[in-house]
Amino acid sequence: MIEIDKICKRYGDTLVVDTVSLAIPHGGVVGIVGPNGAGKSTLLSIISRLMKSDSGSVLVDGLDVTKTPGRELARRLSVMRQENHVAARLTIRDLVAFGRFPHNRGRPNRDDQERVAAAIAFVGLDAMADRFLDQLSGGQRQRAFVAMALAQDADYALFDEPLNNLDIHHAVSMMRLFRRMGDQPGKTVIVVLHDLNVAATYADRIVVMQAGRVVGDGPPSEIITRSLLSDVFCVEGDVLDIEGRRVISVAP
Amino acid sequence: MSVPTRPVLLGILLITTVLFAAASLLIGGGYAWSDVLTLKGDGALVLAASRVPRTVALLLSGAGLAVSGILMQMIARNRFVEPSTAGTVESASLGILLTLLLMPGSPVIVRMLVAALVALAGSALFLMLISRLPLGSVLMVPLVGIMLGGIFDAATSFLAYRFDLLQSLGAFGSGDFSIVLRGRYEFLWIIAGLVAAAYATAARFTILGMGEAVAVGVGLDYRRLVIFGLIIVSVVTAAVVVTVGAIPFVGLIVPNVVSLFLGDDLRRSLPVVATGGAVLVLASDVVGRIVIAPYEIPVGTIMGVVGSLGFLTFIFWRRGHAA
Ligand SMILES: Nc1ncnc2c1ncn2[C@@H]1O[C@H](COP(=O)(O)OP(=O)(O)O)[C@@H](O)[C@H]1O
Ligand SMILES: [Mg+2]
Repeated sequence: MIEIDKICKRYGDTLVVDTVSLAIPHGGVVGIVGPNGAGKSTLLSIISRLMKSDSGSVLVDGLDVTKTPGRELARRLSVMRQENHVAARLTIRDLVAFGRFPHNRGRPNRDDQERVAAAIAFVGLDAMADRFLDQLSGGQRQRAFVAMALAQDADYALFDEPLNNLDIHHAVSMMRLFRRMGDQPGKTVIVVLHDLNVAATYADRIVVMQAGRVVGDGPPSEIITRSLLSDVFCVEGDVLDIEGRRVISVAP
Repeated sequence: MSVPTRPVLLGILLITTVLFAAASLLIGGGYAWSDVLTLKGDGALVLAASRVPRTVALLLSGAGLAVSGILMQMIARNRFVEPSTAGTVESASLGILLTLLLMPGSPVIVRMLVAALVALAGSALFLMLISRLPLGSVLMVPLVGIMLGGIFDAATSFLAYRFDLLQSLGAFGSGDFSIVLRGRYEFLWIIAGLVAAAYATAARFTILGMGEAVAVGVGLDYRRLVIFGLIIVSVVTAAVVVTVGAIPFVGLIVPNVVSLFLGDDLRRSLPVVATGGAVLVLASDVVGRIVIAPYEIPVGTIMGVVGSLGFLTFIFWRRGHAA
């Protein structure tokens, strides 16, 4: 269980995360949506202790993220950020292998190697595992970072816009991968998505953020509505029901 | 073109090291190499008192500087950073001058420790400055380092001028191994320990090169690791500057060339980087002893020329190849 309690974060005079409280129990896929600048990345950074909040607290399985030893937390929670700039010249296999660091402290055994190979295969990069990251396309690099998070095998896996740069084939297979992860016992996937249709199709629960606040929280059938489109995203459109799934059609 | 593998690279480097080390033991002013080889006359004394210390000092300094270079590159996340482009060398020199000024006649070990402390502060200041630069200003980073170094240099020169220490300032200017003698270089062995420490923590430094977010994400204490890395770099730099003077660019050229072949997983590349640095400095010294014999060109001068050319080539090459 992740318990987020009244988190606030400001830059200068603007509150970019405004008193956000959320409880995320074990299991399933939680989608976070909202317009650009809503504070999604900031909130994710605070949950994963990459950034300090101004007030409020985040507990992961009862452990305060600002006080728990990094290693302890790294085995419970992994995070893939929106921007991943790596200056070091590493191969995909090197990168993904470092996902095992919380478990092996840099001394991989056979089990680690197998998990790394499996993670690389899951994202479909096995044919190029020994290529350097600077020889990859944006989408391939994105998938390599997702594989690193998979290899970390944490109970809570956080992903910030992991579908950036991905073509539809890889986007769909990545969401299916998250779905399978979220269906495993004890595993929870928390993923920031910009495509509402994707969120509606794959998430069990959707959290909507707008201007630093949580303005909606519930299953897709309750959240994906005409008023969400007009009130939060400022577009007019229809919400269709296709075989029980919510599908958005925006007026041209 | 197939890329040489790590064992091949290491093998080539080790053989080259042995050859140049042999040359370094035998070649030098005043004594025929055959006398040294057969230990005739003063041969044994020359070997023990001068040639062996000099060769060992060259190997240790080269390995230490190259390893310092790759550590700085991981810490600053910039390919163009090394102790001489990050203010580290210049702040170490300032530290030495301060000891001459405030604690004249203090033993070398004290001078080295003070130099290391000032170098640590100088490098930390450099990191603070570049953390305010926008990401992507790749060449700005070494420029800031060189400017910062210039400021330290100016302060050093000013103090030296003001307090009549210009003479002693010259003594720790440009890396020169002709002054290395038995009894005056031994604490360079500290470098061996520091390189071993870097190798033992190689995985962590590689993760550092992936940035703070990745490091924190896999559970590392980012700040502590940065400080640990800076301590290694500062002590190595201070030890070299105190003993023989500054040797620029070793930490830039060697890690970048090795990275082309092996990448930056330090668990894999660090031994090659260390050996490569040792060979480069050793070979420069041997060449410097031969070209204008019986006089010598100091290593610092040779590396200054070779290094700056290499630096420029590298910048232009990167321009053509980097994304
Ligand atoms: N370092 C920063 N300094 C000032 N403002 C920032 C900084 N980082 C983000 N912001 C602002 O905070 C707000 C929230 O950003 P972010 O969390 O990245 O939004 P999202 O991920 O939802 O698009 C934005 O308005 C952004 O401009
Ligand atoms: Mg974002």
